[in-house]
Amino acid sequence: MNERLISSALALGLVLALLIGAMIGPYPLSPGRIFGILAGDRSDPQAAVVLWNLRLPRVLAAAAVGGALAAAGAAYQTIFRNPLVSPDILGVSAGAGFGATLGILLGLPVMAIQMLGFGMGLLAVILVLGLSWALRGEGQILVMVLCGVAVGALAGAGISLVKLLADPDQQLPAITFWLMGSLAGIKRPDLWAASPAVLIGLAPLILLRWRIGLLSLGDDEARALGVEAGRLRLLVVACATLMTAAVTAMAGIVGWVGLMAPHMARLLVGPRFDRLLPAAALLGASFMVLTDLAARSLATMEIPLGVLTAVIGAPIFLWLLARRARIWAE
Amino acid sequence: MGGVTPFLVEARGLAVGYGGRALVSGIDLTLRAGETLCLLGPNGVGKTTLFRTLLGLAPALSGEVRLKGAALADLTRREIAARLAYAPQFLATPFAYRALDVVLMGASAKLGAFARPGPEEEARALAALAALGAEDLAQAEVTRLSGGQRQMVLLARALAQEAGAVVMDEPTASLDFANRLQVEAAVRALAGRGMGVILSTHDPDQAARLGDRAILIGREGLIASGPTDAAMTAENLSRLYGVALRREILSDGAVHFR
Repeated sequence: MNERLISSALALGLVLALLIGAMIGPYPLSPGRIFGILAGDRSDPQAAVVLWNLRLPRVLAAAAVGGALAAAGAAYQTIFRNPLVSPDILGVSAGAGFGATLGILLGLPVMAIQMLGFGMGLLAVILVLGLSWALRGEGQILVMVLCGVAVGALAGAGISLVKLLADPDQQLPAITFWLMGSLAGIKRPDLWAASPAVLIGLAPLILLRWRIGLLSLGDDEARALGVEAGRLRLLVVACATLMTAAVTAMAGIVGWVGLMAPHMARLLVGPRFDRLLPAAALLGASFMVLTDLAARSLATMEIPLGVLTAVIGAPIFLWLLARRARIWAE
Repeated sequence: MGGVTPFLVEARGLAVGYGGRALVSGIDLTLRAGETLCLLGPNGVGKTTLFRTLLGLAPALSGEVRLKGAALADLTRREIAARLAYAPQFLATPFAYRALDVVLMGASAKLGAFARPGPEEEARALAALAALGAEDLAQAEVTRLSGGQRQMVLLARALAQEAGAVVMDEPTASLDFANRLQVEAAVRALAGRGMGVILSTHDPDQAARLGDRAILIGREGLIASGPTDAAMTAENLSRLYGVALRREILSDGAVHFR
């Protein structure tokens, strides 16, 4: 009952965040007008264009980015039994970042840039999984994390090289801005491109959410409880990575949400993954919608999302760290 | 089988080890409902590896394991979990699960892939905790429990798993005296409910107290396997630990080695 109450409150919070995000902007929209347009009212074509072509794609994209990163972070933390990992751990963000910056350098169209970012993010994970499999030892989880660090460093070197080669007037600002994360210029096709991958990644996590939680006990215990631990873990990694790569290709590198939202959710609903996953995803989505709202309305120019998430996320994370006994054991 | 109930756990000519190198070989063991089998031996002789082999977590180098009559090699992960539960020495999760949530995990062998435990599983988990006198731990976070309390939670999970038999890896090794007594009482309660128990211990007196059968594994391999009185002779234990030991019967009838 309590669980259902919290989920409903979080879902309501997301709806409110989406509504507020859709209302505020250079062309303000009242809640009544928004519901009217959504219901098919065509009396104000300009407001309809603002809502359908600008506001809605943007708030929905923000929700998708925050929800996907938070869900992926909760999954990674649970299956690696490590409360300090996040979607960056497997080199996904850096790999996707390298792909997208390379696309910008080559002057590719936006869709191709996204595809390249997505492909490189997946490639980074395949590389990390392959390497950790080849170097397989007793501490396989540690090996995997360290392979992620190594592949991430390689991708980081690639990004530096691309920045060096980029045209300093046109491409370099675009690359820099993208690397800091931004939803400026999001259009409906961008959303259509990213959402299938997010949904395909999210569905198995939701369906299998209780069993996935058993992986937090470690392989031997999970297997002794009847779980095909190796296979399930691989599936979870693939799903979480797919979601991360898809939203990174759309919005650039947005840090902290994937680390922080699962921790906040754990404070609310506890560590059980079947409760943690929806709570973390809803919190992450609401947080990102509001952060993106701040990014586009605090100043005359857009503040990069990555900057804001770090400024908000770092203190919250430190606060969580101070209360760590409530969240994880020493 | 001709009406004969198969053993809950049965091993014949079993050799265990890893990387193709055998640690122990020639192990024969059987476990019936309500029986307790104690495994004695110094560290590093392959006790944990033997347990992992019985659970199908490590391959047998030779020989055969059968669980309720079915060859281990033919069973799926889920079928193994429905026949033999595992209580590790430590609960190895960094997350602050409630004790009840940990016990609920015992239901996974019987739940479908997409299912979550419901009121029925919850009632069974609470009953398992109550059977071990640990019902007041249900809502506590496991990260805040003592070693003995965590062990009770793991034993309750094994009971909730309804596997018929359980393997316990040194359940009392890191516990203080009072907690050790509590866990011993829980082991007796499990056996009293008809569960077959296999446990490893470093305390021969405890093995003599709890065990119906004993297996002694020394550095040079298997020393003895059989009913406790026959296997745990002074001579065998002296060989096992490499020190001269005498077997005494105390005034209360308890066996004591010194």
